[in-house]
Amino acid sequence: MDGGLVTAPATGEGVDIDALAADMRSICGPEHTLTHHDQLRTYESDGLLQYAALPGVVVLPSTGEEVRRCVEACHRAGAPFVARGAGSGLSGGAMPVEGGALIALTRLRRILEVDLLNQRVVCEPGVTNIAISEAVGPSHFYPPDPSSQIVCSIGGNVAENSGGAHCFKYGFTTNYVTGLEVVLADGQMVQLGGKGLDIPGLDLVGAFVGSEGTLGVATKITVRVVPSPETTRTLVAFFDSTFEAGDVVSAVVSEGIVAGAMEMMDNLSIRAAEAATGAGFPQDAGAALVVELDGSETECEARFDQVVAMCEKGGAWKVRVAQDEAERALIWKTRKAAFAAMGRIAPNYYVQDSVIPRTRMAEVLRRIEELAQEYDLQVANVFHAGDGNLHPLVCYDGAVEGEPERAEELAGLIVKACVDAGGSITGEHGVGVDKKRYMPSMFKEEDLATFQRLRCAFDPDGLANPGKVMPTPRLCGEVPGPYREHPLEAAGIAERM
Amino acid sequence: MDRYPAFGGHKEAVKEALVDRLRAAGEAGTPVRFAGAGTKLRWGAPVEGAEVLRLEAREIHEHNAGDLTAVVDAGLPLHELQETLAQEGQMLALDPPLGDEARATIGGIVATSDSGPLRHRYGSARDLVVGMTIALSDGTVAQSGGKVIKNVAGYDLSKLFTGSYGTLGAILKLSLRLHPLSPENATAVGRSPDPAALAAAALELSHARIELQSLDARWEAGAGIVLARFGGTRASAPAEDAAETMKSHGLQTELSADDAEWWGDQREAQRSDSSVVVRISGVQNQLGAVLEAGRHLGARVVGRAGLGLSWITLPNGDHAAGTVQDLRRTFAPSPCVVLDAPDSVRAAVDVWGERDAGAVTLGKRVKERFDPADICAPGLMEGQ
Repeated sequence: MDGGLVTAPATGEGVDIDALAADMRSICGPEHTLTHHDQLRTYESDGLLQYAALPGVVVLPSTGEEVRRCVEACHRAGAPFVARGAGSGLSGGAMPVEGGALIALTRLRRILEVDLLNQRVVCEPGVTNIAISEAVGPSHFYPPDPSSQIVCSIGGNVAENSGGAHCFKYGFTTNYVTGLEVVLADGQMVQLGGKGLDIPGLDLVGAFVGSEGTLGVATKITVRVVPSPETTRTLVAFFDSTFEAGDVVSAVVSEGIVAGAMEMMDNLSIRAAEAATGAGFPQDAGAALVVELDGSETECEARFDQVVAMCEKGGAWKVRVAQDEAERALIWKTRKAAFAAMGRIAPNYYVQDSVIPRTRMAEVLRRIEELAQEYDLQVANVFHAGDGNLHPLVCYDGAVEGEPERAEELAGLIVKACVDAGGSITGEHGVGVDKKRYMPSMFKEEDLATFQRLRCAFDPDGLANPGKVMPTPRLCGEVPGPYREHPLEAAGIAERM
Repeated sequence: MDRYPAFGGHKEAVKEALVDRLRAAGEAGTPVRFAGAGTKLRWGAPVEGAEVLRLEAREIHEHNAGDLTAVVDAGLPLHELQETLAQEGQMLALDPPLGDEARATIGGIVATSDSGPLRHRYGSARDLVVGMTIALSDGTVAQSGGKVIKNVAGYDLSKLFTGSYGTLGAILKLSLRLHPLSPENATAVGRSPDPAALAAAALELSHARIELQSLDARWEAGAGIVLARFGGTRASAPAEDAAETMKSHGLQTELSADDAEWWGDQREAQRSDSSVVVRISGVQNQLGAVLEAGRHLGARVVGRAGLGLSWITLPNGDHAAGTVQDLRRTFAPSPCVVLDAPDSVRAAVDVWGERDAGAVTLGKRVKERFDPADICAPGLMEGQ
């Protein structure tokens, strides 16, 4: 694959950005094409503020066709582009390419069709996650529920294959997307999948979901919604340690109980979240375990009593059962507030997203504790215990010399501990820019080169969100066939080696 | 009973040997196909003159009961895996036809994305495969995904290869998500000679706030049934409720706790060794029309009522190819794919039917990248 490679910087360097901005203005209107430095700065980061880059132009199209024309203009100009939804991502996946184009999809926020009879919703990418459940509720709901669901967009969810607390039972974004309208990096629009299942041909919908914006831009998304459960029962149990709580999680799973959600918070996150919501979580608890069961009433009741007994037997010194919807909402608000509330504990923190096989939890948590002591930093833990998705938050003070570097090193060692235990570097946040350096710890060179084949089939010119996912920049060799000029060559940015 | 004869004779095709033979075929430019038990080798557009490479490796490498995961060779028969998992009260939630007869292999089921009634609750192969080792025609052996059920690192090549019919390369090994076996099962059965009544009952159940394991419909010989299956520790209570719903639509009902045979029949009716089977990828609300088509044609229908999927087995006769075209006109834009069919019918129709041109072109671009020699089941995914 070495012959005929094109070298190009992962920046917009060499792109005639003024000409591109003029094109964008004619497509989307001057009021939706931003080039002023102060306006551009709004878009320099996503939810992961450690990484920032200033785009050359930001454009806010209002229709799929405008998106298509903007992408086509980028392709003509040889300009790298990044699509952005709500900008709430936590891996730097929507961080702009320096000097390139940023396509913000916030104006594509229409729900186009609610086909409740067939349990499908067709919407634009800027629609928020929660808006889908609201459009089909209360009889039905859309299960993947990232903690940021009130702001995050379904387009971003598709890019990242977002999960959430209820994914252990219900699955992830990829299990609910049945159809996509996608603008490829050359400006061509394709329809993948539809409302039906088993559409003939390769599962390109499955390949696209979770591709982090590197295969194109989704402009229309068809998702499956499901009937709401008859009953939901929620409890939060408090333990002396995460180890005790972890044992209860294992016991619940071995009993064959498929909980709607099982979430854990350690003492540090309890304290931070409690300060934010005042839900009455005891400040001295070593761990809080939230267990939610849903389903048919008879089944749920029987299983719920079992879980309460397991918690008590497993050392819980307090089990609080939500008596009504308000109390349930408060428990969840506290759990979902944990990330944001961490600002109360430390000026800065690294959010991690590693996954481990659940049976290795105690061992990995101990290792994290040891590492934190060794590095003299606090690590809070708030995680999806059912599926082993840890969210260690490495706390540090950016103003203290050397501390950010120490925190980053510690974060890397935590990721390594998780991968060594048979896990993954990311469960739901995506690789983005943040975790691409860890990719070689999970995948060998041959695996990465095979990933690249998919990328090259969709975007042979490497213009869609370059510099993400892959640990080192790589471009596409030609498929056997007639020579075709690379647009970066045409634009005079790169040359063939 | 040997209705779907497996390709025999090639015992040497262990995993490493398969990779070598695949590479050699890639260099020589000679077409190959991959087979587990070979129960679905005739599906897809005909591939001329391909050498069949069998996935002989059939080991269970890991069963991590506490993590609800397993790692297995693609050549492992589903039934062997299920027996091992059942000892720990677990299962792989895939129940396609021919899976319980020591026949269909995990690799073959995944490569064709074949599915059964459990799909209602657990999804299909694409939802249960969490990692994959693949071999490409240039000798590359690569891995995607991992061993944990939640993982978004790297591209999801498992989904790309699931349902790819071996057109991109071979699936060697799979990492699977498991589920607990249900301690109890109970099925509500409702009968009616009226397709509309059956469809109305099934539609109401598919929208009810109940947790179904499976929800099927069936039409055969002038009468039909709706089947609603529940699991858990109290399975009979919701089954009784479902029977009440069926009654309200005029169905004659019964409850079955020993219900395996009902569901085995549903699976079996998705296949035929002599007739044409058409799978319709529709939507839930089309079930009435599909059952009505079954009545009108004198055909057998299996409907996965909550998913919009149906399998129609056409009566034998000279007009099967024309009937396929009629079904496509009636149910457009829902794809109607010909699965089992005699060669004469296969030669007379495009088994896949009309598809979105942009998606087909993009699919070809993907194949060019993964299989530049174009030797893996060339033409199988293409129309005429």
